[in-house]
Amino acid sequence: MIDSNIVHSALKAQRSYERRRFLIIALLASILVLSFVFDIATGPSMISVLDVTHALAHLFGFPVEVANTTQIIVSNLRLPMAVMAVVVGGSLGVGGAEMQTLLNNPMASPYTLGMAAASGFGAALMLYLGSLGLESNVAVPIGAFVCCMLSASLLFGLAMMRHITSGQLILAGIALLFLFQSLLSLVQFVSSPELSQQILFWLFGSLTKSSWSNVSITAGMITLCLIILIKDSWKLTALRLGEERAKSLGVDVTRLRLKTLVLVAIMTATVTSFVGIIGFIGIVAPNIARMLVGEDQRYFLPLSFLVGAFLLSSASVLSKVIVPGALFPIGIVTAIIGVPFFFWLIMSKRR
Amino acid sequence: MLEVRHLHLAFDDLVLADDMSFTLKAGQTHVIIGPNGTGKSSLLKALFGDLAPQQGRIFFQDKEIDRKHLGEWRQHFGYMPQDIRLDVGLSVLEVVLLGQLDALSLKLGDSLLEEALGALNQIGLVHLANRDVRTLSGGQCQMVLFAQALMRQPKILMLDEPVSALDLHFQQVMLDHLDSQTKAKDWVSVMVLHDLNLAAQYADNLLVLKGGKLVAHGAPKDVLTPQLVKAVYGVKADVILDSAGVPFIRTQRNGHEAPLAAVV
Repeated sequence: MIDSNIVHSALKAQRSYERRRFLIIALLASILVLSFVFDIATGPSMISVLDVTHALAHLFGFPVEVANTTQIIVSNLRLPMAVMAVVVGGSLGVGGAEMQTLLNNPMASPYTLGMAAASGFGAALMLYLGSLGLESNVAVPIGAFVCCMLSASLLFGLAMMRHITSGQLILAGIALLFLFQSLLSLVQFVSSPELSQQILFWLFGSLTKSSWSNVSITAGMITLCLIILIKDSWKLTALRLGEERAKSLGVDVTRLRLKTLVLVAIMTATVTSFVGIIGFIGIVAPNIARMLVGEDQRYFLPLSFLVGAFLLSSASVLSKVIVPGALFPIGIVTAIIGVPFFFWLIMSKRR
Repeated sequence: MLEVRHLHLAFDDLVLADDMSFTLKAGQTHVIIGPNGTGKSSLLKALFGDLAPQQGRIFFQDKEIDRKHLGEWRQHFGYMPQDIRLDVGLSVLEVVLLGQLDALSLKLGDSLLEEALGALNQIGLVHLANRDVRTLSGGQCQMVLFAQALMRQPKILMLDEPVSALDLHFQQVMLDHLDSQTKAKDWVSVMVLHDLNLAAQYADNLLVLKGGKLVAHGAPKDVLTPQLVKAVYGVKADVILDSAGVPFIRTQRNGHEAPLAAVV
């Protein structure tokens, strides 16, 4: 009864569809490498791309001759920032992708649920309290992280309840967003103008505070979260069929939702506590990835990471070259450059 | 054999099942009929463990449902909920593959893909395998989801209004396939239908629900009488037995009683 010819050709078509998606991922990865190298090359003192590659090769132990100053600039100053851009952009992309999956809504991102606003409030509060006597570059990230996780744990509580819909979760998240934005404004309102300025600068988002120590903390956390997410990739794909259907396929929806929410909160809290608030990537990267490879999480998840990483890495390059010598806050650059591009993408995909 | 004993299921003061008991034998197709809002879908959800009844016990092969480990219970089930929308960027083949969720890994072997394609082929859909599900019609989606439920290799197959969007051809394809597989593989098949004639043709056992009670059950020819149709739906109908002894229900024009709600 089985028509083996049709079955065989459908199988081949599926394999070639898999290959095509794999190629898209490889392509994005190579573009990311390019923008990564440019990110290292640009800055107050321009380094040639050739020197950058030499310095990187030297760093990995290849016997290449590099000028000492170049080597120091690359490995101590530029490289941590460039790696941070990739890690942060990537995790914002993945965070957005999983939020959109979880909430069944292409407008969702970690920011939609107030996680970033809570981080901002935590950081501002720490600055206002004079860092509680700690070093401010330790205290502020801790404040941001703790506050973000506190706000997220309210969502965890909701997500653990049975029969709560994704719509209700979104509403609760938006309520939290407004709450923390108001609290943030309150802190700014009662702060001195200088302090308010400091808070504002933190909110802009910046990669300049990247050091090898916080890059490694961030990268470690993110890698761990990504591995756990990838293990669940088929379940997450099933969740996109709708919660009831996912249940019918044997997914423990309540548990998966809680687990993913915790992972996304950890990723978002880590990232925002070190670099401040960089919006937009969380929404746009997964949407671009979805247009390119669909929603099979085996491709969607890595591509969301790569697109997010590429967006932030290239925004980092732009933030340094728009006005030579000056550094634009990267959070602002991302949105100003990204929004028109995203508009174009939405328009070109309309039916 | 799926067994329900003294089930009581209610939302606040809306009683959906009141001390309901029945047994669903393997190798048979059981069709649930009854008026709108009488709790047919909720009953399926209770069997699946998604709704906790206030009272009552549910057994499959003499093993009771364990609400702390629903995963184990649900392994036996292929369950196709009523909602047939598929708004997701996946191919038909990928949606069917999800039926075997636990067997899927990052790298898919040929055997799983062939199995999914086989499931599609059996119901005449293999030519759609590589299509994006968002381009399918409602009826095509319904067939794809049926293939997904088959892919689970269930022992209990529950279908909630599975033919609601299907044309005459695919109604037959689905129900004939269900009928032959149920008998060949000894499944407990349960479905909710609204079309009494389809129910009469395909049910080995018919369960009639109304107001939280199982008002009748048994072979269609014994259950489907003009009196029952009148009592359950408030509609006058003639019931004709065809040569094979299958009842045929023909409603009379203007034969319904004024607002059904008033009857209940």
